[in-house]
Amino acid sequence: MIIQMITRAILLGIPMLYGAVGEIITEKSGHLNLGIPGIMYVGAIGGVTGSFLYENACGNSIDNMSPFLSVFIPLMCSIVGSIIMGLIYSFLTVTLRANQNVTGLALTTFGIGIGNFFGASLIKLVDSDMPSIALTKTSQFFCKELPFADELGWFGDLFLSYDFLTYLAIAIALVSAFVLRRTRVGLNLRSVGESPATADAAGINVTRYKYIATCIGSAVAGLGGLQYVMAYANGVWSNNAFGDRGWMAIALVIFALWKPDVAILGAFLFGALCNANNYIHGLGVEAQELFKMLPYVVTVIVLVITSMRKKREHQPPAHLGLSYFREER
Amino acid sequence: MSSISATKHHKEPLVHIVKRDEMKIWQAWLVRVAAIVLALLLVGFISMALTKEDFFTIYETMYKGAFGRLGSGSTVMLWNFLQKTAILLGLSLAVTPAFKMKFWNCGAEGQALMGGLASMICMIELGDKLSYPVLLLVILLTSILAGAIWGVIPAIFKAQYNTNETLFTLMMNYIATQIIKYYLYIEGGGSNKINPVDEGNLPIIFDNKYALNVLIVLVLTVLVYVYLNYSKQGYEITVVGESKNTARYIGINVKKVIIRTMIISGAICGIIGMLLVSGTDHSIDTNTVGGQGFTAIMVSWLGQFNPFIMILMSALVIFINLGTGKMADTCGLNSSFADIAVGIVIFFVVGCEFFIHYSVRFRHQRKEAKV
Repeated sequence: MIIQMITRAILLGIPMLYGAVGEIITEKSGHLNLGIPGIMYVGAIGGVTGSFLYENACGNSIDNMSPFLSVFIPLMCSIVGSIIMGLIYSFLTVTLRANQNVTGLALTTFGIGIGNFFGASLIKLVDSDMPSIALTKTSQFFCKELPFADELGWFGDLFLSYDFLTYLAIAIALVSAFVLRRTRVGLNLRSVGESPATADAAGINVTRYKYIATCIGSAVAGLGGLQYVMAYANGVWSNNAFGDRGWMAIALVIFALWKPDVAILGAFLFGALCNANNYIHGLGVEAQELFKMLPYVVTVIVLVITSMRKKREHQPPAHLGLSYFREER
Repeated sequence: MSSISATKHHKEPLVHIVKRDEMKIWQAWLVRVAAIVLALLLVGFISMALTKEDFFTIYETMYKGAFGRLGSGSTVMLWNFLQKTAILLGLSLAVTPAFKMKFWNCGAEGQALMGGLASMICMIELGDKLSYPVLLLVILLTSILAGAIWGVIPAIFKAQYNTNETLFTLMMNYIATQIIKYYLYIEGGGSNKINPVDEGNLPIIFDNKYALNVLIVLVLTVLVYVYLNYSKQGYEITVVGESKNTARYIGINVKKVIIRTMIISGAICGIIGMLLVSGTDHSIDTNTVGGQGFTAIMVSWLGQFNPFIMILMSALVIFINLGTGKMADTCGLNSSFADIAVGIVIFFVVGCEFFIHYSVRFRHQRKEAKV
């Protein structure tokens, strides 16, 4: 029961981890991308569309599908979709210097619209009775367990039973923590976010760093949507099912104090909190609704505590949310 | 070696971005209108590609979706349009004082929901205990209070500890949503919804149930305009928004201004919540505000904090929303197409500000200028 609770929390937390790591990479370049929730929808629907087309091309029979292609095609579709969203955002905010909050919110509206629009169109195509589209065959390839997962008892369940996107999320978080903290590229990126004028004077191409960071961040965030559909929801897409996880991901960034490795633990905690109402005995339905507030309340408390402590290394990038124009000093 | 790299760097870049002097107002508006027209054309072309309808049918359907059929004499659609515009405008008005202060109030949704919840509770609990005028007064005051409380909590922490208000207000939305869900369970029982309540509804004027809402929002528009432009407090908001240090230097109590402005912002949201619950739906659910709080942020920005321009902008957004929704409906597309269309239009309008503030010069143009 405890094992099941932990694995469930981890599965719930992983989409938020993807979103948070993507947002951290973007924010380190000084851009507050509030479009992450929309990008995650696009990442999800991109993967769904890709695998839908591939399943149809293979005549809907699992024997014809190659394991590599059935993972690779959705993955690529998801990444391409999210990168297009990232390009829209960075063109507007980096090149055209538009207000980041407004652009981000518009991107979220746009992205959720795209997700639901294509989702509904696909649902209409398959003509099913349920308002959802099931890609269980593709999902099976995504959810291949590691070897020995069944034989090792609780150890296998706890560490080896996940889909590969879950391990990829943790790997991406650790790698980006390392890159940000220990490499020259990371140092340059952080300087772009802290003080673009200084970075520019030091010969760093500020615009290129901002574009690349935003696009990589979007691609990572989009994978969160894909992981949600393929692993958590077993390949079933229904409109609006992804919910507000994108906003939770942005909250997780502050929870993790802009550190991708801390975000891993934060994501598991958020996952556990989202699920807490199912594991407390003797709760009525109405009290369960109150318990579903927990992640938001905890986020608020964390926000307040981090702002009260005011440690220098716990602050957001100094130039976050401001656009940079070289000739304006 | 150094000379080589020096000559390489001396090559001028292809484009050079220069900050413009202040553009004339009519020129700036020409750019904005051009952006809106381009965005509408793009939406039209995308719709054409998706539906295979011809160009004019698309715009005709959009017009019908927003205003009803031409010359049919029926004003039902028009009032629906006015009501939606009024609600969006009201929420935009609410967030504007906060924005002018550079306080990103993303919590209009939650503040309006709490205001609506307060009205709902009054309508259910006090509906048969108080006389009608007293009941209306109590509903008004409690919704203002509820909205203001929901808005002031993040403001207190922002003023005291500089807590990030964007996320704080955002989280308050979700907390409000869960409270509404909880209330729906305890009040609605198993059905999970509340049937329309007859007590404590706002009066109907001009034989139309939306007329009073529209009227109240229009009054609010004028009030907010006067408050922002002709009052001492409005001036303080502008100074705090431009520079907190300047504000402190000339003796403005920044903390007090932040808290006071968010009380006003939340209070207006509370009034909108009351208009939605007591004035329109006579019931409440988690979708009562329907995400308009986020759209309001964009409308307020597009309207450049001027309440009268915001009337036009909220009308534009609602027109696109209703119009493309109708078009999607008649052509068998999903109604989410409206969200995509609104997103596209906002991208264009936000992006066009660049051409108002900056000008782009190409390399060959600069050479000619030198000669």
